[in-house]
Amino acid sequence: MVGIKSYGAYIPVVRLNRDLISSAWGTRSIGGERSVANYDQDSLTMAVEALLNCVDGEDSEGVGGLFFASTTSPYKEKCCSSIMATVADLSKEIWTSDFGNSLRSGTSAFRSALNAVKSGDRNNVVVTSADCRLGTPRSVDEQIFGDGAAAVLVGDSDVIATIEDAYSVSDDITDVWRTDQDTFVRSWEDRWVLTNGYTKNMKAAISGIMKRQGLTPKDIAKVVLCSPDARSYVGLARALGFDTKTQVQDPLISTIGNLGAAQPLILLISALEEAKPGDKILLASYGDGSDAFILQVTDAIEGVKEKRSVKDSIGLKMMLSTYPKYLAFRDLVPLPQEFIKLFPSASVMWRTQNWSLRGHGSKCKKCGLVSFPIQRVCFNCQSRDEFEEVRLSDKKGKVYTYSLDSLAGGVEPPTVQTIVESEEGGARLYCLMTDCNPEEVKVGMPVEMTFRRFHREGGFYNYFWKCRPVR
Amino acid sequence: MESIRDKVAIIGMGCCKFGENWDKSPEDMIIEAAYEAYEDAGIGPKDIQAGWLGTVSAHWIGMGGLALAEPLKLQGIPITRVENWCATGHEALRNASFAVACGMYDIAIAVGFEKLKDTGFPGLGVGRGMHPTLEMRRTAPSSFAFIATRYFHKYGLSPEQGKETLAKIAVKNHKNGSMHPKAHFQREITLDQALKAPIIAWPLGLFDCCGNSDGAAVAIITRAELAKKYRDDPIYIKGMGLSQNNMMPHFQPHFDWTGFDVTKNASRQAYEQAGIKDPRKEIDLAVVHDCFTITELIIYEDLGFSPKGKAKEDVDAGTFALDGELPVNTDGGLKCFGHPVGASGLRMSYEIYKQLQGKAGKRQLKNAERGLAHTLGGHPSVSCVMVYGNSTG
Repeated sequence: MVGIKSYGAYIPVVRLNRDLISSAWGTRSIGGERSVANYDQDSLTMAVEALLNCVDGEDSEGVGGLFFASTTSPYKEKCCSSIMATVADLSKEIWTSDFGNSLRSGTSAFRSALNAVKSGDRNNVVVTSADCRLGTPRSVDEQIFGDGAAAVLVGDSDVIATIEDAYSVSDDITDVWRTDQDTFVRSWEDRWVLTNGYTKNMKAAISGIMKRQGLTPKDIAKVVLCSPDARSYVGLARALGFDTKTQVQDPLISTIGNLGAAQPLILLISALEEAKPGDKILLASYGDGSDAFILQVTDAIEGVKEKRSVKDSIGLKMMLSTYPKYLAFRDLVPLPQEFIKLFPSASVMWRTQNWSLRGHGSKCKKCGLVSFPIQRVCFNCQSRDEFEEVRLSDKKGKVYTYSLDSLAGGVEPPTVQTIVESEEGGARLYCLMTDCNPEEVKVGMPVEMTFRRFHREGGFYNYFWKCRPVR
Repeated sequence: MESIRDKVAIIGMGCCKFGENWDKSPEDMIIEAAYEAYEDAGIGPKDIQAGWLGTVSAHWIGMGGLALAEPLKLQGIPITRVENWCATGHEALRNASFAVACGMYDIAIAVGFEKLKDTGFPGLGVGRGMHPTLEMRRTAPSSFAFIATRYFHKYGLSPEQGKETLAKIAVKNHKNGSMHPKAHFQREITLDQALKAPIIAWPLGLFDCCGNSDGAAVAIITRAELAKKYRDDPIYIKGMGLSQNNMMPHFQPHFDWTGFDVTKNASRQAYEQAGIKDPRKEIDLAVVHDCFTITELIIYEDLGFSPKGKAKEDVDAGTFALDGELPVNTDGGLKCFGHPVGASGLRMSYEIYKQLQGKAGKRQLKNAERGLAHTLGGHPSVSCVMVYGNSTG
């Protein structure tokens, strides 16, 4: 039976207290916090985090497909799932595909994965979804939106939840949108949007799938509804006959916000984390129509509870001290000129991708020395081309030495520069540290690697690895 | 392998005023230093048979030797541009020395310069254009802050103890620099000022970092046996060592960040040629690469002046002060002259040249006969050590 074999959630560590937004603008705060992609993150890097959380421990060679769904892909023309497949060391033989343009793209990719596995075309398809949407400054959207990513692995064996059915409705309504010219999300009057867009379509899809499966509300253990805000899902659930106190998944608006295309899957993961074998879960997403799914949790759910939970991720946070920092992180305000002299080169990035994207080092077959980046001639014994590649980006390490650099510029000085000694053969990695409090950096501090965006010199995105305190 | 000892002599040197030379072009600085050197040697431009130019600045890539030929109108003779990180100035002199030593030329000129103050950035720059992501935001202060952090950790110095030791080096060099009319910074500082200065790259503060300055320096050399034709007090090259490590020691397994093989290897070569067995006793003064105060602390150990891990004791004892047992950076060092990269090796040599001739003014040491100049480049990746003496044998 086709279902979910594994999952991975990723919520960036940075949070912005919504009161900071409202006090900056003199508006009303909706309360709580929203998650914010760090200055060096985008939807692709967050999806990489979710992907690596999801396939960690799985045999990555068995992955037959990788989908990336987002309304905020860093590229309009370039396949981000192919970048991600490289970063995660997945096979070259897999099917990669990007889904976009709709808040339903996450569940569209999920349904496509289901069909690919069901049809026998592909097995073990990872669906990632991530978003980092921009609400217009001062708008309520700016407070409600959050950033994050989710991934699920869909396959036909050892599943933790079977996907019993999928049902979709389509409906054209210009309620929430961005044109190809827009940076910020636009919307029509909210009462019309909620009544004729969200509520009507969600009801149609949910009623449709319930009827087809012969289910009544009491058969569902948890209903997972995407929600544009902190209230609308409650009225919808009540109208459908669900007990809003016990049956409905919290949409996490108060703690992280509306994650856009990633919202349905991150809420599904939240539900799975609390699920018991035999539970039926109803999932529904919205965006010019609605996708609904019925899942049934299996006994295998007990085996995956040790993963980092969404709840843990929500608890892991660093508060932004000011609202302008948020604007700077999203490149919405100009900052002082930087004097970085870089030499962006697509061919260099391509040629070096085994170490720059995959994070591989070289292990000498003669003397065993592990080095990064990949060295053709061994530092120690000078053997030429006698090495095997080893993945260092999934290994932990310790800070060997560091510096807190106020001269290096960047969005949030000081830049934490580190030399990390890897647990893999003592390889040394010179890298920037992120997601950290500079005052807490110490020699010997345990760190792990994280994939980040560096810059857009040359007109394309340059990604590389950084370290962060072990989470 | 032959030694360079006593084969080559310096017969003239010049050094322009170092500083924020907003109103001077590279050409102006080269002219100022070269004509001082011509006058010092008692020769003119027509006597120069070959030239070596050292400069690293990116905007000069593609200029070759023309950046020297053009301002001095040294046309019709061979001129070669060399570049080897912060050892670049030394490299101009080192390569010119080989040409003179082998008899190919009787008189050669070695010129080093750098124009840092036209870049709009108060430092050597960030990233430096080497790899699009690998070195993003790498700065010189960070590379050397790594050393301070690790040194403090290894030898159990608290940040306060470590920073105070470094501050003493800054105070010493500023005191020496206050007596040099060509230094960029010519004022003394207090320990308190150094300790309270803003942090540039923790644990290094403003006064732990050398300045960013413009400058040029020049040496005119000849074969040792011809030297006395030009002056009574030529200065002889006793030893020249150069050593390289890796572009990015940051990635080198086991690199310990508290001592540098490049300096040890370069000084070993130079000491062997010069016949030096105990550098602390046999060297009268050293002008070394204090790009950062931590660098000077480590150099004491790498050059064999202090035992490993014990440089702090010598700093506390005043060993390297102008009136100490082994004065170091008698002219104020990079700390006061700044580091116009291509010029620095020759500027250091200029100080030793003057000290060994007894012409160092208020800074003059008694009975200085043998001096050492040391450059350290990269992060750190390259080092050059030159030993000079004021007599043969």
